[in-house]
Amino acid sequence: MEMLASLLPAGVATHAPVLIVVVPLIAAALAAFMPKGVWAWGVAVATSVIVAVLAFGLLGQVGVHGVVSYEVGGWAPPHGIEIRLDSLNVPILLLLGVLGVLSLIYALPSVADEVSKKQQSLFYSAFLVCFSGLIGVTVAGDAFNVFVFLEISSIATYTIIAMGVGKDRRALTASYNYLVLGTIGATFFVIGVGFLYMATGTLNMADMAAVLEQQGHNRVTQAAFAFIVVGLGLKAAMFPLHVWLPNAYAFAPNFVTAFLASTATKVAFYALVRFVFSIFHPDVAFVSMSFTWLFAVVGVIAMMVASVQAVFQTDARRLLAYSSVAQVGYMMLGLGMGTAAGLSAGLLHLMNHALMKGALFMALGAFALNFGVRQVKDLAGLGKTMPASAMAFTVAGLSLVGVPLTVGFTSKWYLVSAALDRGWWWAVAALMISSLLALAYVARLLAAIWMENPPSHHGEVAQRRLAPWMMVVPMVTLAAANVYFFFHADPLVGLARAAAEAVMGGR
Amino acid sequence: MSPHLILRIVSKLLIPLIVVFGFYVHFHGDFGPGGGFQAGVIIAVAVILYALIFGMDEARRAVPPIVVRYGAALGVLIFVGTGILTMFMNGAGEPLNFLDYDALHPDQSHHSGQHYGILLVELGVLCTVTSVMLAIFYAFAGRVPDIKDEDW
Repeated sequence: MEMLASLLPAGVATHAPVLIVVVPLIAAALAAFMPKGVWAWGVAVATSVIVAVLAFGLLGQVGVHGVVSYEVGGWAPPHGIEIRLDSLNVPILLLLGVLGVLSLIYALPSVADEVSKKQQSLFYSAFLVCFSGLIGVTVAGDAFNVFVFLEISSIATYTIIAMGVGKDRRALTASYNYLVLGTIGATFFVIGVGFLYMATGTLNMADMAAVLEQQGHNRVTQAAFAFIVVGLGLKAAMFPLHVWLPNAYAFAPNFVTAFLASTATKVAFYALVRFVFSIFHPDVAFVSMSFTWLFAVVGVIAMMVASVQAVFQTDARRLLAYSSVAQVGYMMLGLGMGTAAGLSAGLLHLMNHALMKGALFMALGAFALNFGVRQVKDLAGLGKTMPASAMAFTVAGLSLVGVPLTVGFTSKWYLVSAALDRGWWWAVAALMISSLLALAYVARLLAAIWMENPPSHHGEVAQRRLAPWMMVVPMVTLAAANVYFFFHADPLVGLARAAAEAVMGGR
Repeated sequence: MSPHLILRIVSKLLIPLIVVFGFYVHFHGDFGPGGGFQAGVIIAVAVILYALIFGMDEARRAVPPIVVRYGAALGVLIFVGTGILTMFMNGAGEPLNFLDYDALHPDQSHHSGQHYGILLVELGVLCTVTSVMLAIFYAFAGRVPDIKDEDW
């Protein structure tokens, strides 16, 4: 940790909490100036590398100091705007940084194929705005800025999802649906924040928590809780508020899907954890009741229903999108246990799921680039024609099922043991059944890839055509990480445990 | 002799005034109601009025779409640049935080730096809002063929 803390030069280290938001924002403006898409891509890659380095530096700082606070404009909190980093949000920053770098390396060939030349630099610009917004949600120390950054990231997300229009015009309706639902979600969230402001007279999250603990809860704070849970639940694709997600993921450009699937819902989930655990106390009666009767229940329903829906999908990306909804269910179940073990298992699954889905969507993007594959049946024979991508897809797919030797097994193991600690046998049963369903839909994909022969066109069998190395390297890295972190689980488990303890206070 | 003489003459008179009023709203922004957003909308309205009276092609010649695109990005740069500037300028004699406007002017007793800072930030807002308003207008107005003179 000391080594990471001294990673950044002193001047940068002091300002790192704000630079991590500001650098992507500046880069977004610079990217819009670029006449060529490749240059804008260069700006974006450089930015994501800077963000990743800053995130590692901040991880070190948090490891040494516990909490890192930055006063924007020199105005001290609770009146000024605070940027606040602790063990809960630093892992999310790290996730954003690392997956940002990997998916941007992947982006160049994929975006060149899917987005028209004229729009590419604006596309990267919009992506960087989204990136900056997601980071902003993660680091913001006051509730209103969470809303502002949430909107910044969402509006940019609607744009980049709609850019899938080059391949499929349904991207427009998918994006519009998401726009309508996302705006409703953001409105609910800001209404909730408004109620909290009314009840506590402050917007700073740490201050809010202190005031609420002192003065207790009433109808206003209960209403605030309900609004915030619905608003953030919509953003996090909590069942039954997930209906925007499958189409948005299925029709967005592949790079966007790979990035969003591994980060966007995660950031919303983080914000939910922040509100539910830090601001509202899990000891408060209505909060602890919501754990058992809301989060755990919708989590289990999502694990079942979305997995069954995934089994019957014909579009490969929609299949994985439904699987994402099911995985959010796992995280909600972990949250719903209301114990430090449960929450840390949920957060561990959050990080692991980013590794799996990143690799899976990247591989699907590579298939789409070379052979225009979108349907499950078209995956036939890709094990022979694109072996490297197919291998990465297979490893990540097995990880999604939770096969031993992959991280999927690790996080399910922790979830099961947390459920057993709590005495929730039904949750263990649900986890098992959902894993079997995951096996069913992953098996459909893998069977098509490995068991069937490559399609023949006018008697000519499709030839081996490898994906560009820029696409293969990030997805193989992610797939390898899926295996690596099974054998070296300590870093991720440690991060998740520290995060859970930071909000639960060791309870 | 072109038609709509009154409209043309009056709008030619009004457009510069609208722009001046826009800047008035901008510079008034730190004392009272007003600011970069409102000023940006007013300035954009001047161009939109010009487009309505003289046609899209003329408007595109006066304010080309590429300028609009760069203007939007430039505004963001001014906005963020002000914050970055305060990290490097040590007006108060010590390194200050992001967006701490006190760094911009040594006169600490009157907080002149705060005054300059908000003007600069609002200038960025003005630049982006004007450009984005125009970009939206161009995008929508460019979709349909221009209304012919006989159809007025």
